[in-house]
Amino acid sequence: MSLLELDNIVVEFPTRRGPLEAVKGLSLDLDEGEILGLVGESGAGKSITGAAITGLIEPPGLIRSGEVRLRGERIDNLPPEKMRRIRGKEIGAIFQDPLTSLNPVYTVGDQLIDTMRVHLGLDQKAARKRAVEWLAEVGIPAPETRLDQHPHQFSGGMRQRVVIALALCAEPKLIIADEPTTALDVSVQAQILALLKRLCRENGTAVVLVTHDMGVIAETADRVAVMYAGRLVEIGDVRQVIEDPLHPYTRGLMASIPQIGNRDRRLTQIEGAMPGLRNPAPGCAFAPRCPRAMDHCHSIRPVPQSAGTGQVACHIYGETQ
Amino acid sequence: MTPQIAPDDILSVQNISKRFDVSEPFLNRLIERRPRRILTAVNDISFDVPRGKTFAVVGESGCGKSTVARLLMGLHAPSAGAIRFEGTDITHLPPGNPPALRRRMQMIFQDPYASLNPRWRVRDIIGEPLKNFGICKTRADVTREVEKLLSQVGLNPADAKKFPHEFSGGQRQRLSIARALTTRPELLICDEPTSALDVSVQSQILNLMKDLQDEFNMSYIFISHDLAVVWYMADVLAVMYLGKIVEVGPKEQIFENPQHPYTRLLMETVPKLTVGGTERTPVAGEVPNPISPPPGCAFHPRCPLANDICRGAAPELNLRSGGQKSACHAADEGRLPPWLRLAAE
Repeated sequence: MSLLELDNIVVEFPTRRGPLEAVKGLSLDLDEGEILGLVGESGAGKSITGAAITGLIEPPGLIRSGEVRLRGERIDNLPPEKMRRIRGKEIGAIFQDPLTSLNPVYTVGDQLIDTMRVHLGLDQKAARKRAVEWLAEVGIPAPETRLDQHPHQFSGGMRQRVVIALALCAEPKLIIADEPTTALDVSVQAQILALLKRLCRENGTAVVLVTHDMGVIAETADRVAVMYAGRLVEIGDVRQVIEDPLHPYTRGLMASIPQIGNRDRRLTQIEGAMPGLRNPAPGCAFAPRCPRAMDHCHSIRPVPQSAGTGQVACHIYGETQ
Repeated sequence: MTPQIAPDDILSVQNISKRFDVSEPFLNRLIERRPRRILTAVNDISFDVPRGKTFAVVGESGCGKSTVARLLMGLHAPSAGAIRFEGTDITHLPPGNPPALRRRMQMIFQDPYASLNPRWRVRDIIGEPLKNFGICKTRADVTREVEKLLSQVGLNPADAKKFPHEFSGGQRQRLSIARALTTRPELLICDEPTSALDVSVQSQILNLMKDLQDEFNMSYIFISHDLAVVWYMADVLAVMYLGKIVEVGPKEQIFENPQHPYTRLLMETVPKLTVGGTERTPVAGEVPNPISPPPGCAFHPRCPLANDICRGAAPELNLRSGGQKSACHAADEGRLPPWLRLAAE
């Protein structure tokens, strides 16, 4: 059984001009200990998907239909209090901005200790000991001293290390990491990714890594899911998606990334922009920008079907349904 | 030193520094006996921008690269040093005076959401400099010019009546570029123009900037933290660390054979788009606090080659055999190991 299953979830935000579907029927699953990269441009629905898993979709947004299952148990319809227990204990979360994920008026130690006391049932002394171990584990020098400091006394990279410790200390089976390194400098980014990867491998923690950065995906993920306009366009092993992508959007995306050493005078660019969420076209959302679009791409929406090491939603590959 | 401006340099910067006073208020200092605290954001740097080329500045956050941009535009007054635009000293000109000179330089900012007035229509945003600088005399002229500029940056002339919120991030950055082009500037200062954009949009904007550079023979100062983008855009490259230029020279030479350990660190940490076997070597340490930079070479706490000389004295920018300059004792003494990285790829 998969650790996490998303079954055709639709996330909707009611607006004055009618409901807006940010995620339009997404299915994917995740095995224990697996790192799944979820990529897409701003507005593709990747962060909303992360929030749907953690039950943190801001009202009035809601999961309109579909199911989120953790080890076969539905978690999308739990009452808030029950979901709160799962979040932290079963599912950890790491967000882009480490300063907003830490409480500024508590010491880093208090936050770690509280988390472990609540979720692991440790007493104060044992929790404090574990907290020191965690800070050392995430590479914070002088952990005993740092434990009693407040978040503002840490640098950006060090804060993100604390957030990782905080997400992992309750020993969750799954971590949702939403752009965990976007706010950091590249040299620090490499440290944080290596750390996240090592700790998750050691503890058998699965990760959904939400990012817009293919470089981050290439060095961290096992599998990649590419989202476009609220839908999955391609999912597969990281090597295939990075080196030999199937969907024309993924191809365009990979080609448009500037690379050192490439001597082309111009960068490859995908013309146009991702369509808005309102008034979706009947066919493939990428068809207006697709260099290989056929007539029926504009009228019939492709569904994900097996291809390569995973699935791709594109009429080029096989018959329409 | 008498400034000697080569005729092919559009801008020349000599020994500029910018110090910010970040002390606590006077009474607090008096009562708590705290000293003044000075942050040296830009520390005695010099460079020349060749005409029609792109001079790129790279570095991590806090290295002073955006402060350099603001100094050049006159948004900050430098604490020391001189800035010359085609030989004319513009260091202490009051903002906007004389307009004839200032309008030849324009700037594009990082955040396309914050740099456009949300209550103005596009025709007012782009039309304002046209009126202020007296480029267009009549309303009809302004309308015509705005429509021309919009189509030059790849937008629809009919967009002139829209508001900024009706555009995506990439389109807004096109608007910023259109606004900067109003005065037909010769020098465009671009502070992280694409870092708020998605990659597929980034490639559109970078291509557009290259096309416009060719069309109008503009010089760019291109500030970025992304080495891959810099590789694509730059002709000349300067690497900054804690307010200092640590390496500067032709792009090709710096990428082929970087002569400063910090440049090498940056290159090693660029994410590679290949899977397996090329994991980035995580580098120890972070950028120190610029209020109290380390003595000697500011990079020595993170440098694998640091010795007592590095800890004691700040290195000078010296010319290397590849054609670039770097400020490194190890390179001076020939202790810098050969660079194999790009050759191996």
